[in-house]
Amino acid sequence: MNLGSIIESGFKEIWAHWFRSLLTMFGIILGVASLVTMSSFVKGKENLLKDSLAESGGLERIVVDDNDDLPDYQKHLEDEANGMTLKDVYALQKNAPLVYNVTPVIEKRSYRGSLRVSRKDKRVRYASVKGTWPSLLEIEEHELEHGRVFSDMDDLLANPVCIIGTQIRNDLFGEYDNQGEEIIPIGEKIMINYIPFKIIGMFKQYMSEEDRKKKEEARAAGQTVARRDFRAAYMSGDRQSGTAMRIYSMKNSTVMIPINTLVSKLDSDYDRGSNMDRSLSKVAMNIYDVSTLEKSLQQVRNVLMQTHKGLEDFEFETQEGFAGDINLSIQNERISGMFIAGICLLVGGIGIINIMLSSISERVREIGIRKSIGATNMDVFLQILTESIVIAVAGGLAGIMLSPILVNTLASFADGTTPPVMTAFAMAVAFGFSVITGSLAGLFPAIKAAKLDPIQALRYD
Amino acid sequence: MPLLELRDIHKTYHLGGETIRALDGVSLDIDSGEFISIIGPSGSGKSTLMHILGCLDTPTSGTINLDGMMIHDASARQLAAIRNKKIGFVFQFFNLLPKLTVRQNVELPMIYSGLSGKERRERAMNSLSSVNMEDRSKHRPSQLSGGQQQRAAIARALVNDPRIIFADEPTGNLDSNTGVLILEMFDKLHQEGRTVMLVTHDPEIAAVTPRRIEIRDGKIANEIDPKLAGEVPKFDQFTDIESKKLT
Repeated sequence: MNLGSIIESGFKEIWAHWFRSLLTMFGIILGVASLVTMSSFVKGKENLLKDSLAESGGLERIVVDDNDDLPDYQKHLEDEANGMTLKDVYALQKNAPLVYNVTPVIEKRSYRGSLRVSRKDKRVRYASVKGTWPSLLEIEEHELEHGRVFSDMDDLLANPVCIIGTQIRNDLFGEYDNQGEEIIPIGEKIMINYIPFKIIGMFKQYMSEEDRKKKEEARAAGQTVARRDFRAAYMSGDRQSGTAMRIYSMKNSTVMIPINTLVSKLDSDYDRGSNMDRSLSKVAMNIYDVSTLEKSLQQVRNVLMQTHKGLEDFEFETQEGFAGDINLSIQNERISGMFIAGICLLVGGIGIINIMLSSISERVREIGIRKSIGATNMDVFLQILTESIVIAVAGGLAGIMLSPILVNTLASFADGTTPPVMTAFAMAVAFGFSVITGSLAGLFPAIKAAKLDPIQALRYD
Repeated sequence: MPLLELRDIHKTYHLGGETIRALDGVSLDIDSGEFISIIGPSGSGKSTLMHILGCLDTPTSGTINLDGMMIHDASARQLAAIRNKKIGFVFQFFNLLPKLTVRQNVELPMIYSGLSGKERRERAMNSLSSVNMEDRSKHRPSQLSGGQQQRAAIARALVNDPRIIFADEPTGNLDSNTGVLILEMFDKLHQEGRTVMLVTHDPEIAAVTPRRIEIRDGKIANEIDPKLAGEVPKFDQFTDIESKKLT
């Protein structure tokens, strides 16, 4: 008996009991649909997290922070620990060839009350003012959309110029003017701690791909979309997504000024002498190659141990932890999702076993007739197995067709979470699982049918 | 050399510790082109004999030679191939598959022998026309009368051109007029040179065949063979009181 006629007879048998077959298929349909749905939600989250990792500088970024907590054997030297200074920056530029873009950063944040970013009667709720060098743009993956970056001359002369993120613009100028055009406030003045700064550049608006799509769609439709807030994500219990969204939000709230401007104009309480001794919030840099991360860190450490007179008053902050967290949490969600979908498929498979068993007990006589006219045990086995696989395959295809509807429905119910991303790979895997389920479920009934004694089967009614 | 050669066939069943001797030393030769009936009351072992001859069952001991093949110890796979190619079955309850059309039913044995769709259709129609059923090929079995169903079943039995046809109570489910038509059809097949074996409990039906074998308690109790006797005896000479009671 050739495969074509086996499959054909399988289809006929299923069509003859289409309602029963449909009910049986439901288990598989739901299993496959839930597998695809689960993986598209996980994929959506993974994309967001990975994007945000890249957005914050990727794995190539290293940051050296102050660390006040000296090791026990150096505790008595605490007074000597000055933290990171420009001297360290220059030393690293000269002596650490595995890293580049060594950049000093002094950061002041508005919510600590030490900073006020305002214009006329408006003030920014949250701003992060960074006094730095232009190379920070590359390290932190900033993209300038309008205007220019401040020059070395601006830095040297401590010019009061700044580059702002779009959130600062939104808070002080609004996003769109009366004509619906985007406001580009290049050349305008804003006040930082009541000192006027000229806006010379503005970054692009940072947001996840899905948010960008949504926003563009909403704009095309003439509506404004409610901004998704990272706090909402935190509150809904999705810490990771919250972290990811906070990265976008923080980048949009940046005000970047030359480091000398910050020290000379905003550091009114600074009285320690040379700018070279001003302690930095952090020193950021890139490594050339992620695979040499450990070596690069060691090199930076060696240099800094020299300049810090052997005091380890600094620590490294890499993105590896974040990347590891991402992978771990994605993996966890995948496993739990797989587990649920697996149970669905198991239940679906048991449904198939059940229906195939009742089907063969209805068809004992048919099997006897087929055997009496020359069907081998293998022919009968393949016939029953094929029927079960056909049910599973049909269920799998229906499940895949159902899954976009399910995904969109769930996504519209849960607006605050990360948008799902459906992949052909997930569909292929789900479909493969349905075929495997069908084969396994058909195995036992098929063996049972193949083993029927033809004489007993012919007598049966 | 005979078409079928049975030597000392035994078949025993074990039912709940009790041993049943369904066949107890049957030896039999059947030549090609013979028209035979096996007769006996229910429980006599005639069905068991037919099942063993028809390769649906294997004997406990003894040898069977069918058309030059020793089938008493063949594997299940070989037996299936023999059933498919060399044996045609006609059953009391027709045993057509209700979901298939008449033509599809007739095609069924050829599906298992792996013929192409076109050849299957051609041969099925030929076989149906030989039993005058070609105009019913698209009907379902449930739309046919008993006689028509049995003719379709005969067409199915013939379609792979078997060496021998077994008919198990072929008229048992038909009225007497239709039964006679079906028996005439078997006689016609015999005239065409086919080997046909009827299995029945009814002496009147057995009377249509020249050679009759009576089975009782798993043994051949009585045999009438025109080759040996020289003439066809009348029926009431053959049977005894008990088998008359059954009819």
